[in-house]
Amino acid sequence: MSLPRIVITGVGLTAPNGNSLAEYRGNLLSGVARISRTEIRYMGPLLAGVCNFDPLRYQKKKELRVGTRAGSIGIYCAREALADAGLSAEQLVKDRTGVFVGITEHGNVETENEIYAISKFGYDTKFWSHYHNPRTVANNPAGEISLGLGTTGPAYTIGAACAAGNMGLIHAAQLLRLGEVDFAVCGGVSESIHTFGIYAGFKSQNALAHHEDPNRASRPFDKARNGIVISEGGALYTLERLDDALRRGAKIYAEIAGYCVNSDASDYVLPNPTRQAECVRSALSRSGLKAQDIHIVSTHATATPMGDIQECEAIRSVFGEGCPETWINNTKSFIGHAMGAAGALELAGNLPSFNDLIVHPTINVEELDPQCALPGLVINQPRKVERVDTILNNSFGMLGINSTLIVRRFLG
Amino acid sequence: MTHDEVKKVVLDIIADIAPDEDLSQLKSDVRLRDQMQLDSMDFLDIVMELRKRHGIEVPEADYLKLATLDSCGEYLAPKFAALGSKS
Repeated sequence: MSLPRIVITGVGLTAPNGNSLAEYRGNLLSGVARISRTEIRYMGPLLAGVCNFDPLRYQKKKELRVGTRAGSIGIYCAREALADAGLSAEQLVKDRTGVFVGITEHGNVETENEIYAISKFGYDTKFWSHYHNPRTVANNPAGEISLGLGTTGPAYTIGAACAAGNMGLIHAAQLLRLGEVDFAVCGGVSESIHTFGIYAGFKSQNALAHHEDPNRASRPFDKARNGIVISEGGALYTLERLDDALRRGAKIYAEIAGYCVNSDASDYVLPNPTRQAECVRSALSRSGLKAQDIHIVSTHATATPMGDIQECEAIRSVFGEGCPETWINNTKSFIGHAMGAAGALELAGNLPSFNDLIVHPTINVEELDPQCALPGLVINQPRKVERVDTILNNSFGMLGINSTLIVRRFLG
Repeated sequence: MTHDEVKKVVLDIIADIAPDEDLSQLKSDVRLRDQMQLDSMDFLDIVMELRKRHGIEVPEADYLKLATLDSCGEYLAPKFAALGSKS
């Protein structure tokens, strides 16, 4: 069965260190991390990746008051992606446009805010906001985007823990191939720095990073790594069938080569290297590629002591020593863990490598953990390479969900 | 509280819930919904803010009495007065 080819034609993003792909990529190549200390309710100052995009660029003040941070991040990213794709919202065929947004979680922020608000009124629920339900329904971020763009096709979120960013793209590619939609806005968003519950949960797991210098706290593969820096952010892409993109003369960033989503079925939180490796192998096989054909492996590693070792074990088992042109990096060392946006942002940071043939590094590695010493790991300094024709992007999440997305240079 | 003071209270609330609107030209005898973008959720905001900020309860059966600034003044002034006499 021959399925339509799917291409990426636009990117819109906000990350702690950049509000456009150009700014973000520039900082990834210059080694600029941007993590701050921010006040978390009940907990005090903690590390967070905070985005500083201007929400009023695409929203009215009233929309900001009524909507959610995740919705606002989504609207910003969607509008930026459309502009990058050379389209306005008015040009979209409304009922043939889908919005598919990966989320790790949604509703914690808004629920905590309401409980805090009614605590000032003796927990009397008559002070509970009538906006609570539209703010906390699981489709909220996608729904806010469809409201913002005026699109009337399917718009929903995909809950997939921290594998969600990849899942937005994968799901969009599937629906484009099925002919369910003709144009998709897809990726992932996160507002998780605004919920103390996520912080307290990671803290109770002993999985929250700490360091005197916020910008050195997120340090995947370093021997002294001590956990996750939580971030907000978003990255949304425009995806189209190749024929449609060519017909309108669209700029093409990359082609979706293949993907896989699988499940560990082994633990609530502990990763499973065997299943991760199966996910990567299956994505390779579906792409018609071998391990040595992959030029960049964008790792999921979050800087937890165990998680990094396990992903390295999975990567080692697939790529081993026989892949001299495979380079491995990580983006969380710059921006922290953007949860539902992580996979989407991490792919975006690597896309420009197709043009500049530079692999951005993972930073903050002072002493490489020998158990993470993968061949081809690009550490602390960017690396100019001979070829970048393929990027493999890993994104894994709790309850054992794994996603691998492979994109390739568009060659016509 | 005079009717005008009550209208000012309501206007302050509207300014917060409709921050993009120019309220300087609002006519006090014309329905608020006919002069500005105000949907049913916004209207519930007015009710909620009266409750939160001033301890005023507006039962659903009386919502129509908040249709204009004038009717707000007329309907809410006795409620503010009752609050004052309690304290």
